[in-house]
Amino acid sequence: MDLTTSYMGLKLKNPIVLSASPISADVDQVKQAEDFGAAGVVMYSLFEEQINHEINEIDHFLSQGSESFAEALSYFPEPEQFKNLHAEEYLELIKKLKETVEIPIIGSLNGVSPGGWMDYAKKIEAAGADALELNIYYIATDMSMNSEKVEQLYIDNLKSVKKAVNIPVAIKLGPYFSAFANMAGKLDKEGADGLVLFNRFYQPDIDLNALEVVPDLHLSSSHEMRLPLRWIAVLYGRIKASLAATTGIQSAEDIIKMVMVGADVTMLASILLKEGVNKIDQLVNGLQRWMSDNEYESIKQMKGSMSYKAVADPAAFERANYIKTLQSFG
Amino acid sequence: MQRDKVTIDGNEAAAYVAHKINEVIAIYPITPSSPMGEWSDEWSAHGQKNIWGTIPSVIEMQSEGGASGAVHGALQSGALTTTFTASQGLLLMIPNMFKISGELTSTVFHVSARTVATHALSIFGDHSDVMATRSTGFGLLASGSLQEIMDFALISQAASLEARVPFIHFFDGFRSSHEVQKIEQLTKDDMRAMIDDDLVIAHRQRALSPDRPVIRGTAQNPDVFFQARETINPYYEGCPDIVQKQMDKFAKRIGRHYHLFDYFGDPKAERVIIMMGSGAEAAQETAEFLAGQGEKVGILKVRLYRPFSVKAFISSLPKSVKVLAVLDRTKEPGSAGEPLYKDVATALNETAIEGELPFAKMPRVIGGRYGLSSKEFTPAMVNGVFDEMKKDKPKNHFTVGIEDDVTKTSIQYDPSFSTEGKDVFRGMFYGLGADGTVGANKNSIKIIGEGTDFFAQGYFVYDSKKAGAITTSHLRFGKKPILSTYLITEANFIACHQYVFLEKYDMLRSAVPGATFLLNAPYGKDEIWDKIPRKVQQDIIDKKLKFYVINAYDVAKQTGMGSRINTIMQVCFFAISGVLPREDAIGAIKDSIKKTYGAKGEEIVKRNFAAVDKTLEHLHEVKVPAKATSKIELPPVVPDTAPDFVKKVTATIIAGHGDDLPVSAFAKDGTFPSGTTKWEKRNIALEIPVWDENICIQCNKCIMVCPHSVIRAKVYDQKYLDKAPKTFKSTAARGKEWPENSKYTLQVAPEDCTGCYLCVEVCPVKNKEKVGLKAINMQPQMPLRNTERENWNYFLEIPEVDRTQLKVDTVKGSQFLEPLFEFSGACAGCGETPYVKLASQLFGDRMIVANATGCSSIYGGNLPTTPWTFNKDGKGPAWSNSLFEDNAEFGLGFRLTIDKHAEQAKELLEKLKSKIGEKQAREIIQAEQTDETGILEQRKRVGNLKKVLAKINDKEAKLLLSLADYLVCKSVWIIGGDGWAYDIGFGGLDHVLASGRNVNVLVLDTEVYSNTGGQMSKATPLGGVAKFAAAGKPTPKKDLAMQAISYGSVYVARVAMGANDVQTVKAFMEAESYAGPSLIIAYSHCIAHGINMKFGLTQQKLAVESGYWPLIRFNPAAAGNGENPFRLDSKAPSIPLQDYIYNETRFKMLTKSMPERAKMLLVMAQNEVTERWRLYEQMARMYDKSESST
Repeated sequence: MDLTTSYMGLKLKNPIVLSASPISADVDQVKQAEDFGAAGVVMYSLFEEQINHEINEIDHFLSQGSESFAEALSYFPEPEQFKNLHAEEYLELIKKLKETVEIPIIGSLNGVSPGGWMDYAKKIEAAGADALELNIYYIATDMSMNSEKVEQLYIDNLKSVKKAVNIPVAIKLGPYFSAFANMAGKLDKEGADGLVLFNRFYQPDIDLNALEVVPDLHLSSSHEMRLPLRWIAVLYGRIKASLAATTGIQSAEDIIKMVMVGADVTMLASILLKEGVNKIDQLVNGLQRWMSDNEYESIKQMKGSMSYKAVADPAAFERANYIKTLQSFG
Repeated sequence: MQRDKVTIDGNEAAAYVAHKINEVIAIYPITPSSPMGEWSDEWSAHGQKNIWGTIPSVIEMQSEGGASGAVHGALQSGALTTTFTASQGLLLMIPNMFKISGELTSTVFHVSARTVATHALSIFGDHSDVMATRSTGFGLLASGSLQEIMDFALISQAASLEARVPFIHFFDGFRSSHEVQKIEQLTKDDMRAMIDDDLVIAHRQRALSPDRPVIRGTAQNPDVFFQARETINPYYEGCPDIVQKQMDKFAKRIGRHYHLFDYFGDPKAERVIIMMGSGAEAAQETAEFLAGQGEKVGILKVRLYRPFSVKAFISSLPKSVKVLAVLDRTKEPGSAGEPLYKDVATALNETAIEGELPFAKMPRVIGGRYGLSSKEFTPAMVNGVFDEMKKDKPKNHFTVGIEDDVTKTSIQYDPSFSTEGKDVFRGMFYGLGADGTVGANKNSIKIIGEGTDFFAQGYFVYDSKKAGAITTSHLRFGKKPILSTYLITEANFIACHQYVFLEKYDMLRSAVPGATFLLNAPYGKDEIWDKIPRKVQQDIIDKKLKFYVINAYDVAKQTGMGSRINTIMQVCFFAISGVLPREDAIGAIKDSIKKTYGAKGEEIVKRNFAAVDKTLEHLHEVKVPAKATSKIELPPVVPDTAPDFVKKVTATIIAGHGDDLPVSAFAKDGTFPSGTTKWEKRNIALEIPVWDENICIQCNKCIMVCPHSVIRAKVYDQKYLDKAPKTFKSTAARGKEWPENSKYTLQVAPEDCTGCYLCVEVCPVKNKEKVGLKAINMQPQMPLRNTERENWNYFLEIPEVDRTQLKVDTVKGSQFLEPLFEFSGACAGCGETPYVKLASQLFGDRMIVANATGCSSIYGGNLPTTPWTFNKDGKGPAWSNSLFEDNAEFGLGFRLTIDKHAEQAKELLEKLKSKIGEKQAREIIQAEQTDETGILEQRKRVGNLKKVLAKINDKEAKLLLSLADYLVCKSVWIIGGDGWAYDIGFGGLDHVLASGRNVNVLVLDTEVYSNTGGQMSKATPLGGVAKFAAAGKPTPKKDLAMQAISYGSVYVARVAMGANDVQTVKAFMEAESYAGPSLIIAYSHCIAHGINMKFGLTQQKLAVESGYWPLIRFNPAAAGNGENPFRLDSKAPSIPLQDYIYNETRFKMLTKSMPERAKMLLVMAQNEVTERWRLYEQMARMYDKSESST
């Protein structure tokens, strides 16, 4: 049975990839995940905003109060150099992972400003990453930013990173576009090697006791995979870019569904955080079992078999789907 | 041979050499020498090696006594060893110095000479410390210039190794230690050439070693000590020649030729000044200037003061000399003359007696004092001395530079005399500490010094307040070496980096005609003229100044620079001063930005570059009108309602004219009136808190945490509202304890606030319509200043709440008490002062404070204005600072007196009871004074007693009258920081705690030496980065509380106001009421933690929640009642340690500089916290009898 798949030109032994999560920060766990059958790993995200914040913070506090008072012209020893102010640890980790495991390593960058990305994209490439995932999330709270400008921001980011590196570049998106298919098409045209659908974000909550807005993130659950499922189905075969499914994938059945609608790979995090990386073993076995039971020979054969283009009634992915849902409650 | 030119300060010059030619360095921080140790530590931490290829071992000790002991030990065991110190620090080394010299040990101590505290402490420079070591047997070598500091650091070491006489190499604190100059840097090869390895080996061979055992340090008896002591004589006799030999050797290799005494001026001079140190530079400048005009004057610089070579001295003087003036930068009260004067007199006398004087006639010698505590010493003063020497009967034992209108010692001089040449650029820059002005100027000096052939000099004057500190930079550039070791008073460039200074300082006073004035203001070139005070306009017109304006705040904002306008103002300076071609200057600025910020990243470099590029388009010359039209007048320094002393003396100091005050202006014993900060309205807050009376719950928490006592509350009868200003806010007082119709007002002192935000952070109320608002919110100060000033003044007129009616052991109740510590100069958001203020509220009217040197003594006692104050009855804390190391003992002394005097008063009361009345006497003796009411009653009784006594004509009644006040309880407080309590004063503190006497010790624990700039103390936590712990402290903080608890008889509390204010108040009340010694260890967040100070209280809370700072109270009195004396007041850790520590740069920076080590230390620190918590829990249980019996 052939479980292999291809994602942005990377040959993978199966469609199960570790999604960006704390697991990828631990070399031992990644190694275990590989042994249990993971076909690739997306690193946890390097946050542009956080890096810049930390640099500014260190600069500010090391000089705070200095050259003000005769007895205390400074308050801290000045380190000869900072070893981890520019994500050196992250880059070091990529190198270590490359030495330890054989599966492809996909670096991940999170940020919004076009300028700030280039350096880190290059550094990640130089550290040995096989591909790069851009994790862009822009909350369009500015009323003067219209959808066109927002979309352009994504495209500009993509273009500048593509220009800077030679490894494949995937773009991980949120679903909040007025015309998602059109947007996906634009990114495809501008050279995205892969689309990762979809990102989950911290959503604010209210703490009623403290009357404070608090960020909140729960681990994803199975029902959340419906959103990527639909859009992968819609996009499959209509764009050149690879498709990665993420969010809510918890079982071999989920993986099969995603592949059937057209995902080249499925990316998992929540279930592994919950149950440990040995879960991958079960997933691979489950995948094999189902394929064998249902007489599928390869992932390739299965891929896109239930996409928008392949199903008898593509409208099921459109409005009809909505009606069916309503009916199922009835 | 080409040597690098470097632009550095004196401390760095000394440390640079010392670090390269020593193996062991043991230090203790003290201003102004601390940077020498810090440089050494930093270089060793960065792996820099000495000339033998090994990294010197640097250790910070617990005191200078400890440092000198370690130095002595390291020397005795054969290492080349040094230390750096000053002032009291040097005095603490004296016992070891006698030993070191008595054992003929080669070493050099580098000393940035500083005033020894007498009637007052001073961090500034004079030779009183060095002079106190004259009898130790150390050689004394004086540097006057920064180049000399580097050169003499090497020469002294070479000489000491050969002569076996230990040396103090000294230079003037601040004037030389902190001045920046371009000098030639000695190379490692130079040092190798000067330091003879054979002598180093000889030094090692003299060391104690079990491989060749000897005994040194015996005890000797009258029979032999004397003879043995005289064995060293040949070494001292030979020493001057060896020093000269090393100076000659140095000259041969390097080119600069020094002598034991160096003469400058007319070779046929008749009037010669003799002096040493930095003042001799100004004297040289003046003597050469006058000699150039044909005056027969000169100056003899003393290099080697000890051993004093009479021969070399006499032969260094011109044979034509008729009058000598010997200037000492020290004072030896009661002596026949100051030390150098007496040495000169002795040398001349001895030589004359031998008939060997080379002069036609014995010269007349006069002695004078100058420059104490860095008092300016200018060419005008030097000229004044030369003029005095012309007189038939010149004044002897004179002073110069001050007006002594009491004992008339001062000589007159013409202050307008100047030697400043046209070829020297002289710039003055007024900035805030926080805006980076000094840093930018240091950088400009480097750019000019290292990028051109110009000589460059920078000197920086800092503020005595920490919040809103002002800095003044004095920069000189010129083609000739700069000898001007004095401040600029004739500037051709003046920059005002903060618009608000225009109303506060007479900056243009120092501008020469035609000078350039650069102003940073939030106005454009067309509006600015009308926005500046009339006096400034007039100066600009009269002096024909070129006037430039820039809105640097705007440029900074546009380029993401925040409040740091340094780079922008630096670009302006270069653009209009013309010191360098504009393009070259901008290129150089960018290069230096890259150098400075390179390690921190491209982002910061880019931001600075953007600021540079944006600046020029915002810089404009202002067209100066012909007439001053402004209606803005400079406000008076203090209001007319201030007391006379404040108006005459304090205000003069505030205005920056303290130099003009005569001797008679001051008390003779260092006494000053209390409560003067209230007269200095600093107006430094951009935003101040504004009270929302509609939602306030009157918890008074904001008052409690306010570090500057600017928030107050009163409850009062509503009749007081009748005459209240229109904008005066008020609301019904909450709580049943108040009479009906009582009103509550929370008032802010708008001109004293520093804008720290702590009050807003602590406010528990949220506005229901807009949760972002609280019951107290920050708003811009400017529009509120006038109305709130009026409100504040009215508020002060409303009577204080009756202390006897308050529950003072609660947060709310205690915060109605009038603070008797207000508006200090502490940092905005200071974590220490809220505790100090609390003590002043609770016990201030009967409090006497012994304050260890450190932050609390500086914000508590630094002139011009001081915060400890008094109530309407004239009662308030009496405060004093003795030393750093002896504070516990000093405070114990207070207690001993108070107890003795109270006892005597009672004894006299017994004796006099028939005259006073039995009942009255008995009531006084037996009075219960455990609460406010009891104390108030006793005060009344004693008041009556004093009236009665005044009428009795009896010796004993008179004596009792002098002691009667001691019959009212006094509260002794011993206050200081962790540097004192954990390190230098620990031995004394321990003894005082063990004494059983009723003293209250408050340790303001910032876990680092805050006042001297962040050196590690034994309170520094495991994993915390501090100076001397650059790699994070590897050992845990000392548990001072547990040490004190171990006595069983000491009340001990560990508190953190931000975590539990109720526990804090309780601890203070219990500590004070406990009849024995009490120790309160108070978590004090600090700027040295590298935090946003507005979150200081949050950090306190996290420290407690993580279990790092368990709140405890140990009350021996409870044990007597059969209760558990040990109370663990905080809950078991609920967050991991990292959630607390990584909000602070002191911990976090290690994750960025040494990530692996940071991880390791975090694990160790977390384990330590967990283990300690377990121990505390066990303690709480062990003491719990009910549990142990089950």
